[in-house]
Amino acid sequence: MSTTSSSTSQDQSRAFHARIDDALHNDQMRTNFRRALTGIMAHRAKQFPDDAQLQALRDQARAVRANSLVRQPELLEQLERKLTENGIQVHWAENPQQANSIIRGILQAAGAKTVVKGKSMVSEETELNHDLEQHGIEVIESDLGEYIIQLAEEPPSHIVAPAIHKNRRDVAELFKRFHPEIPYTEDINELTNSAREILRHRFATADAGISGVNFAVAETGTLCLVENEGNGRLSTTAPRIHIAITGIEKVVEKLADVPPLLEILTKSATGQPITTYFNMISRPRQPGELDGPEAVHLVLLDNGRSRIRVDAELLDTLRCIRCGACINHCPVYVQLGGHAYGTVYPGPIGLALEPQRIGLDKVGTLTSACTMCGACGEVCPVRIPLPKLINRLRAEAVDGHPGQAGLPGHGSLRKSTEATTWKLWRLLYSRPGLYRLFAASATRLRALTPSKLGGWTRYRSTPKPAPRSLRELAKKEGFGND
Amino acid sequence: MKKPDSVYYFATCLVDLMYPDAGLAGMELLRREGVRVLFPQDQTCCGQPAFNSGYRDDALAVARAQLACFERDIPVVVPSGSCGGMIRTHWPELFAGQPDEAKALAIAARTYELTEFLVDVLDIRLDDLGEPVRIAIHTSCSARREMGVADRIESLVGQLGNVEVLTQERKPECCGFGGTFAVKQADISGAMVKDKTDALRATGASVVISQDCGCLMNIGGAFEKQGNGPQTQHVAEFLWERTKR
Repeated sequence: MSTTSSSTSQDQSRAFHARIDDALHNDQMRTNFRRALTGIMAHRAKQFPDDAQLQALRDQARAVRANSLVRQPELLEQLERKLTENGIQVHWAENPQQANSIIRGILQAAGAKTVVKGKSMVSEETELNHDLEQHGIEVIESDLGEYIIQLAEEPPSHIVAPAIHKNRRDVAELFKRFHPEIPYTEDINELTNSAREILRHRFATADAGISGVNFAVAETGTLCLVENEGNGRLSTTAPRIHIAITGIEKVVEKLADVPPLLEILTKSATGQPITTYFNMISRPRQPGELDGPEAVHLVLLDNGRSRIRVDAELLDTLRCIRCGACINHCPVYVQLGGHAYGTVYPGPIGLALEPQRIGLDKVGTLTSACTMCGACGEVCPVRIPLPKLINRLRAEAVDGHPGQAGLPGHGSLRKSTEATTWKLWRLLYSRPGLYRLFAASATRLRALTPSKLGGWTRYRSTPKPAPRSLRELAKKEGFGND
Repeated sequence: MKKPDSVYYFATCLVDLMYPDAGLAGMELLRREGVRVLFPQDQTCCGQPAFNSGYRDDALAVARAQLACFERDIPVVVPSGSCGGMIRTHWPELFAGQPDEAKALAIAARTYELTEFLVDVLDIRLDDLGEPVRIAIHTSCSARREMGVADRIESLVGQLGNVEVLTQERKPECCGFGGTFAVKQADISGAMVKDKTDALRATGASVVISQDCGCLMNIGGAFEKQGNGPQTQHVAEFLWERTKR
């Protein structure tokens, strides 16, 4: 463990706690989250009236994703071959810088100055918008939620509903500020229509479109894109260039794998039986065709995924289809909202993925923001054992054997005070004689229990040992030892 | 499973020191059903606090010290969802590849949460002798999701004629205890228990019961600090008090 990584880790932890403090004091935002998430959970539940069917669908989706990951290297080769045959140009990026520079290169070579963008969390990983804007390329987010937070200059607070932390009044204020020409309204339909008008013009004039990908089918070389607003279809068809960016784990073997994934994705994410739009992109415009982009590119980003994939336990993280159900059902996320996490992916999937992706020493005490209640694992459509993964990451972050190979930042959260506390606990609870002595004194000296116990007593009374321990009572009441 | 002659009782550390009456009530319920209840005096803790904090070596050492207490091939009954979940689900992980793995697996396989054992194995019949009361049930997340036995507490209480069960909003949501979470993320935990106690108080129940003393310490402690609210009680104590003659 180096001093640098330890101090970085401490800084990260302090910053995390400051953000938590801000979030917990933002009552309006917490109300927004509670209201929105309660609605989303109810919508999801309605889509799965039959638990046996849900469990069967989860098994199927899990199997599809697990198979894709096991066969990932050959599937990626096949995907590249098929896409290339179809006329889609494939680019490989090991890290965010490479991905951004590839995309910038394509845009600059084509003389593209304006870009319309569909929703893409992978582009948040690479901070693509920032990079392009630094190089004089204008980027317009075309997903309504993304458009709102782009105006507000904020990152997404949720992976599916990026502006979920805003209520209609917040949105109305933003429109008033940036579009004074539009009459003020807090009506959601009117606001949506205004945004559509504004964006429609952008689709017609943009030089290029950038999108994410939900599933990349190796068998046919097809890029599948799930969306509700039609902005994905316009971003990928109206401009003369379409660039898709995605993580390498999004590849699936065959077209037949898509229906079960699509079904459980939309039901889990927004509680819809199917989204309004489902795009299957297989090639650029062909001679004689009237529309579609002249060139289609796919950028496949690794960014730590290959490292995750080789660990038999952590591999499960990559099954994720980014539905956000774990986030929607997390009792911690509903209190904090997404920004407090300070990571690209918030909530349970963020706790599991981010320390692996960027390093245990780069996320501070992120994994402590979990009660292990299991709500996330219960709803995950591909059965990612999220609590188990979070527990494993906690263990790796405090591991005292620095020689062991592991994730970046292995052991970086180990503090000698905490380690010593657990050593003492271990001594007490693994020696029955010593523990008996402790139990006898703790009960008899209960009047001496400290009345302030850190954060616990800010919200609760002081717990006091009982006058006699159960082991004493059991003996007295005739419950034998063996 | 056929009704056994004897069972082990693994009370867990929290029950031993903080909730001995709840622990004893669980043992009385089992004894009344004609089961011999063994309380190995060398038992301490399942290892969960260190395990959930990432200190697996320490968790393993403490869990290992329990193995000799529960060697006979009889059920191990635990009056706590989270400790039961720790033994049944996480001991196999914790002991994987260890020389005493087989022993740990054997214990995990015959471990039951108390309400699960009362319903599934003993098929207990309860006769309510108590005054009419309105209660709310908080289900432990571990009992619900790790052990899948959350409905057993409901069916036990359902046998009591004078008990009306009221349902709080967002019942399946965690109360914010989470073991060391309540200390490491004290403010998030405080916000969560505030929401939980608000929802429970709003039902108008005079008693809140649960199958997990961790949740009870959290919820009960918050009610006490806030100054008004229902009484909290472990399900075993609640059942024993209303049915003992």
